[in-house]
Amino acid sequence: MMGLSDMERDALMLSLQASSWAVLWSLPFAIILGWILGQKRFPGHGLLNAFVHLPLVLPPVVMGYLLLVLLGRNGPIGGPVEQIFGVRIAFSSTAVIIACAVVGFPLMVRAVRQSSEAIDPRFARAARSLGASELRVFLTVTLPLMAPGILTGMTLAFARAVGEFGATITLAANIPGRTQTLPLALFSVTQSPGGEAAALRLCILSLILAGGALLLSEAISRNVTARVSA
Amino acid sequence: MIEIQVTLTQGAFSLNTRFDLEAQGITGLTGRSGSGKSTLCACIAGHLRPDQGRIVFNDRVLFDSAAKVNLPPAKRRIGLVFQDGALFPHRSVQRNLTYGAKPGREKLFTEIVQMLDLAPLLRARPRNLSGGERQRVAIGRALMAEPELLLLDEPVSALDPGLRARTLDLIERVQMRTGTPMIFISHSPQEVNRLCAREVILTRGEVSKITKIDRSKPYLHLAHTEDQKWAV
Repeated sequence: MMGLSDMERDALMLSLQASSWAVLWSLPFAIILGWILGQKRFPGHGLLNAFVHLPLVLPPVVMGYLLLVLLGRNGPIGGPVEQIFGVRIAFSSTAVIIACAVVGFPLMVRAVRQSSEAIDPRFARAARSLGASELRVFLTVTLPLMAPGILTGMTLAFARAVGEFGATITLAANIPGRTQTLPLALFSVTQSPGGEAAALRLCILSLILAGGALLLSEAISRNVTARVSA
Repeated sequence: MIEIQVTLTQGAFSLNTRFDLEAQGITGLTGRSGSGKSTLCACIAGHLRPDQGRIVFNDRVLFDSAAKVNLPPAKRRIGLVFQDGALFPHRSVQRNLTYGAKPGREKLFTEIVQMLDLAPLLRARPRNLSGGERQRVAIGRALMAEPELLLLDEPVSALDPGLRARTLDLIERVQMRTGTPMIFISHSPQEVNRLCAREVILTRGEVSKITKIDRSKPYLHLAHTEDQKWAV
């Protein structure tokens, strides 16, 4: 990578890695939650829905602070994890992934939910009457038909994760080479005198990343949609 | 014998039926829209749970609220054919047909493909099929699961008149050849008269009439020979 400083390269790699892991780790949960919210009706449906959407409506800094309270050294999760596994979550690259995953999660759930609501319920009925178990119906009918929505959700969540700032800086801080993502690096260089060239480079990188993700997902999604549409 | 006792209330609508049917030939289930035809069908197939009642097919209890029996749709061995087929859009015709088949049914597959003239369509996707072709695949898909009863929910209503007549012929021939009893939902008296041995009329959720349809009159389309193809 020409013209990039070590700091910029680290930030780019961390952003790519953390966003990818964030999307991959939250994917199964988002698929199941989106499907449940779209297909099932039960007491507490509205409450669950509101809870899932919290990270979308709360300021990211608030989200980051709440996570820090939970996952910090003295937190109800962070404390035991550090004692048992000897791993510190807060201010680590894991914290970056968690912050990215949490803010992107509702976007993924929403996209999955919408696609599951759009599936003709007769497909599942036909499959059930052909002798398929509920699990088989989910894997062979529902999941493939939700694929376009799942891809959209992944792209949105990835883009949101690459741009994530508030929750990351609160939960993971801004440690170059360890928790400094692209937006955090951009923030740092704009704070230092003479950082304009670096800022421009980081801006262009962000643009390439976001645009590339969008184009890639458009291409895949067009392909997948064509395969599953009636 | 099919015993159907179903009570179900959904909002302002209530279904309340109690009747027995011969498990033979084609039974027409008619009534105005909103009379409960599709609701009753969903109860028989197991996609809707009646509040109360009993559904028995040839001594096999599918549902019995008193005995707390409620077989899931997958265990009822009842095939469904919907109005526009409801084929799985992401699967080829061949993979639609085999979805419900038990392993080792290659012979059945060949027979059904031949009977419904599906060979040229096997690799196609459902979205590239005509309405009549979709219904043929839908019937084949249901038959591949070897159902003991076939529910056809307005299977020809979406087709244009000429195709409708040929598809009705096809359904009749499938019935005669496989011997699978069928319940044929329709709002058209002509279709029912043409196809069915008896007719159950639903009015506002209740059976208002069960009549036997006189099939002794010679019927033109019964004159087909066995080896004739049905160009639907």
